[in-house]
Amino acid sequence: MATVIIPTPLRKFTNNTARLAVSAGTIQDTVNEITLNFPDLKKHLLDESGNIRSYVNIFVGNDDIRNLQQEKTTVKEDTVISIVPAIAGGAPEPPSSGKASSDAPQPSSSGAAPLFTKEELARYDRHIIIPGFGMEAQQKLKAAKVLVIGSGGLGSPVLLYLAAAGVGTIGIVDFDVVDDSNLQRQVLFGVNEIGKPKVEAAKRRLEALNPYIQLRIYNTHINSQNALDILRDYDVIADGTDNFPTRYLVNDASVLLGKPNVYASIFQFEGQVSVFNYKDAQGNPGPNYRDLYPSPPPPGLVPSCAEGGVLGVLPGIIGSLQALEVIKVITGVGDTLSGRFYIFDALNFESRTFNIKRREDNPINGKNPTITALIDYEQFCGMRAVEEKSMKEITAKELYDLQVKGEKFQLIDVREPHEYDIVNIGAELIPLGTILDNTDAIAGRIDTDKKVIIHCKMGGRSAKAIRALEEKFKFTNLYNLKGGILSYIDEVQPELTKY
Amino acid sequence: MIIIEPHIRQLLVEDAVNTFPDECCGFFFGREETDGTRVIIDILVVDNSKQGDKKRRFEISPLDYMTAEQHALDHDWTLLGVYHSHPKHPAIPSEHDRVAAQPYFSYVIVSVMDKDATIENGGITLRSWLLNEEQQFEEEKIIDYQFT
Repeated sequence: MATVIIPTPLRKFTNNTARLAVSAGTIQDTVNEITLNFPDLKKHLLDESGNIRSYVNIFVGNDDIRNLQQEKTTVKEDTVISIVPAIAGGAPEPPSSGKASSDAPQPSSSGAAPLFTKEELARYDRHIIIPGFGMEAQQKLKAAKVLVIGSGGLGSPVLLYLAAAGVGTIGIVDFDVVDDSNLQRQVLFGVNEIGKPKVEAAKRRLEALNPYIQLRIYNTHINSQNALDILRDYDVIADGTDNFPTRYLVNDASVLLGKPNVYASIFQFEGQVSVFNYKDAQGNPGPNYRDLYPSPPPPGLVPSCAEGGVLGVLPGIIGSLQALEVIKVITGVGDTLSGRFYIFDALNFESRTFNIKRREDNPINGKNPTITALIDYEQFCGMRAVEEKSMKEITAKELYDLQVKGEKFQLIDVREPHEYDIVNIGAELIPLGTILDNTDAIAGRIDTDKKVIIHCKMGGRSAKAIRALEEKFKFTNLYNLKGGILSYIDEVQPELTKY
Repeated sequence: MIIIEPHIRQLLVEDAVNTFPDECCGFFFGREETDGTRVIIDILVVDNSKQGDKKRRFEISPLDYMTAEQHALDHDWTLLGVYHSHPKHPAIPSEHDRVAAQPYFSYVIVSVMDKDATIENGGITLRSWLLNEEQQFEEEKIIDYQFT
């Protein structure tokens, strides 16, 4: 008979017996036999699906069965099998990471490596056979929980590769629905998903790709009220958002919770990647977004992808690099981009990597932190303040009313000529760049005795044009078309081409 | 309740202070009286095998665990539980401790506020915790044998 050594904490389920004699066979037979004889052992050894629990280690002699043939490991007459509970724990998060995080469980702390079914072993074979990666790294992927914020251009490749790689739990945050204009780069989605919430479409696609992982979806705007609650459960954050308020929000929430934030962003032909707030072996966090960008750019200076455009393949490249860094952060394989900042210029095919350092004046974790809780990021990035600053707006409906009534007004389009060629509403075309470069000359072309309505695609560039003109020439008759030509098409002329 | 005699307590404190600012960890052995009172007779210091952040995490390797079980069998003691330190944090179990905790074991936590901390200057505190049926920690009273 072979022998099973029962660990002290479980002996109350075996009538205080430390050693049980079992028949030869396999580890699976042994587990079946002892749980049949001592049914109370079952819930401590097996999970709901009958698999050995992740925090229970089984050793044959001095070898973990994970390094042998798992449950199929042979049990001979003289085999000594030890059931070894994982013993781990630790102090709460440090005070600098905020009170909210003090109870955050981290799966990595349980110390137990998860087991794989034979289907999973087959699925991940090409990972497991890489020297220096192997079973250990694959187990870390399975135990990991990654939150991907934004499931658009960057989120698509990040989610596809992380799901394919076998990251055990993936959270997806997005408030948006799939739009036809997304499909040029958001490879998670197809025409059948247009109009559906992105998180739901993403979940279905990823479930079809990898049935061995858990997906959690958050169909919501991430904001200062919900960010900590959403992020708290995850080990690694992947920020694939497209605007500054959310980037600062995700950064601050990650720092407050002490979690690494793998960051990427794209614009037109350029992509950026870095790893923020990554703790080194000594537990010291690396630089974060605020070390790189202490303050946000003035509103309107950097257009979003919706305004400025992006080459469809670029998020594929940059998002893949982001997924790579997430995998490195989880597995500890290789050197991450922590403390470094990578830029890829697709036009010239040039990449550069800069070193970045922590700043003493970083308001969230510098020498004298002033931010100890999440703030109002719209206001921080100047969005709200600008809106409140007396810029006059006109809605598409109101513009239509003026047109119907035949009232006199001047309509100016500040988009680029190629955009104008796609669709226009009969406005005079003066691209934003021309206005900013030649404000003096342009000012003469702008009426002063009637309403002047300025529009672009969505309202960002036209707001900037108005600010430039008002600042220099004290115009008081400039109106920004709210939501730009897109909202005019939606509300007034749906037959026009949207882009 | 759990009885930690002064010389045992001294061993726990020394390990916690010597390992500061990292977390220390180990096992303790003894016997359980019929009324449930636990008496610690010896401890076994083991390495914190956590890869990475040892300041806030500890992990005991399965081989060390097996050694501890064997040590108990060899001496005819009971493996009563696990101790670890919380550098710069109170001796209260964290969520990390709770999710990984085993039934039956006493979890003794040694809080060490700084390198020069002693029990006398208030920088070191010991508390013991035990899981209840709901998988929540309940405090187990520590008795200093000298005073009983």
